[in-house]
Amino acid sequence: MKKIVLLLTSLMLVLTGCAKNVETDPNKPLAGTTIYVYNWGDYIAEDTIERFTKETGIKVVYEPFDSNEAMYAKYKSGAVNYDVLIPSDYMIQKLISENELLPLNFDNIPNAKYIDSSFKNLQYDPENAYSVPYMWGTLGILYNKEKVKEEVDSWDILWDSKYKGQIIMMDSVRDSFAVAFKRLGYSLNTTDKAQVDEAFATLVEQGPLVQAYVMDQVKDKMIGEEAALAVIYAGDAIYCMEQNENLAYAVPKEGTNFFVDAMVIPKTSKNKAGAEAFINFMNDPEIALNNTEYIGYSTPHAEAKAMLDEEVRNNPSAYPSKDIIDKCEVFIDLGQEMTAYYNDKWNELKASLR
Amino acid sequence: MVKRGIEKIYLGLIMIFLYAPILTLMVFSFNNSKSRAKWGGFTLKWYKNMLHDPEISKSLYYTLLIALLASIIATIIGTLAAIGIHVMKKKTKTVVLNATYLPVLNADIVTGIAFMLFFVAIGLKLGFASMLIAHITFNIPYVILNILPKLSSLNKFTYEAALDLGAHPMQAIWKVIIPEIMPNIITGFLLAFTLSLDDFVISYFTTGGGVTNLSITVYTMTRRGIKPEINAVSTVLFLSILILLLIINKRSERNVKKMGGANI
Repeated sequence: MKKIVLLLTSLMLVLTGCAKNVETDPNKPLAGTTIYVYNWGDYIAEDTIERFTKETGIKVVYEPFDSNEAMYAKYKSGAVNYDVLIPSDYMIQKLISENELLPLNFDNIPNAKYIDSSFKNLQYDPENAYSVPYMWGTLGILYNKEKVKEEVDSWDILWDSKYKGQIIMMDSVRDSFAVAFKRLGYSLNTTDKAQVDEAFATLVEQGPLVQAYVMDQVKDKMIGEEAALAVIYAGDAIYCMEQNENLAYAVPKEGTNFFVDAMVIPKTSKNKAGAEAFINFMNDPEIALNNTEYIGYSTPHAEAKAMLDEEVRNNPSAYPSKDIIDKCEVFIDLGQEMTAYYNDKWNELKASLR
Repeated sequence: MVKRGIEKIYLGLIMIFLYAPILTLMVFSFNNSKSRAKWGGFTLKWYKNMLHDPEISKSLYYTLLIALLASIIATIIGTLAAIGIHVMKKKTKTVVLNATYLPVLNADIVTGIAFMLFFVAIGLKLGFASMLIAHITFNIPYVILNILPKLSSLNKFTYEAALDLGAHPMQAIWKVIIPEIMPNIITGFLLAFTLSLDDFVISYFTTGGGVTNLSITVYTMTRRGIKPEINAVSTVLFLSILILLLIINKRSERNVKKMGGANI
């Protein structure tokens, strides 16, 4: 028994890594410190962290999360003192409103100047004080060119009875309502209950045409040609198009939702300078390009975009024109009452289809 | 005759439902295309890549280490607990048994969050140790519940006979009781091992500091699509467990034969 205890303790010591190398390189003032980074799973090029540590001497403890909500629960517990979080727009807004984020010192993040101005001062961080955008993408329509011969440029096509049983919608309140709102010309963050009711009515009307409301399965369904049209995020659409050349993606002219995942520093941070060094490193043009190419989402980084292959850079499904982008909105937190109202209407819709 | 046919079809259907998904996964681990819907030719590249992917190999390492340590420790604690519970008086036994059942019935998410809050409250930093403790804890009831039925079916006079023949209680437990319940200890261990291997919810909330297991890695990939390397890892894991089970089954079969089949 004693032996086992001894074995376990020594094992734990080895695993927690008690050795700490303190370097005193003047070019690496933060060498030997550690930062805790919490990011989406599989959302960074494989060598980025290694290169950061090599360049700055800062050790990175990297953890992935699968949803903004799970990240929030873990962060709020205070169990780990994270230094950098990379959540999405509406979650950043929520964190700001709860006073959870530290304002960034942009003197330490000179590379933030490369961020395209379309992605600064967005609704979730209007003063551009807390966040530096990392990746973005639109919500749009993925369609099969063999099954859809006409031009796809409007949300209206998802209400065309010609495609009955061939349409896939997202199993998500905000995304499905966003489609209906934009088709009606409303803001997708509306807090006007009459507009929500109107959107709800059009979604009920669309119900019989819809093959399924799904999340991740949409990719396999579209690649397998089980449906003609699907509402999907651009990143997923690009993946599908790589797999099946009959597929194409379009961003409707009425505008759409676009999401932005951005880097923020929560107030639990114990190494803010290290965190800022990390954010700055992530915005180094070459690193940003490397991450963008690995992930395949759209980058808000002007220099990285300029270095992308021409084919990608000029692809309107990855980088829509300025006038379409201007009609796009990010999701913002609706507040408890409206969130509940949306959810009720969504449940009512799902129930009416059974 | 017809009945036999129906029985066979029924069994076949169950087998298909159980194993067709795993088989699909195995087939797709050799798929040259990244898709889960399209066949792009045969390849071994995912097996090669999985060894080089730092995220996957790190989480595989933690998964196996945690599962092994947690199931061994849980089996030791669980076996001793089962023997203890077995000789309790009826009233205490009922209370302790119910307390044992509770974590089994409890939703993982509740257990996970409770653990997280508890660890934060006592100031234990989330990481390897906290995840290991959580795994040991949720494994123990399964071990106990696997061993108790066997204990109650044992002939209690064998233990007394051992004492009469001069063994002291520890020796009697070690030499008489433990060998008798060994098959159940092993199944308890295997159950604990597999539960620990694929736990996501509790692990997610009790880990930190860069320690992630395979299910966390897989789950967090869902936004961007599961990497095909995961199919390869899963295939290797599934086959290893299958082989382990076959070896154990063969061994216990031999033991049963050796004991003249009296110990079923």
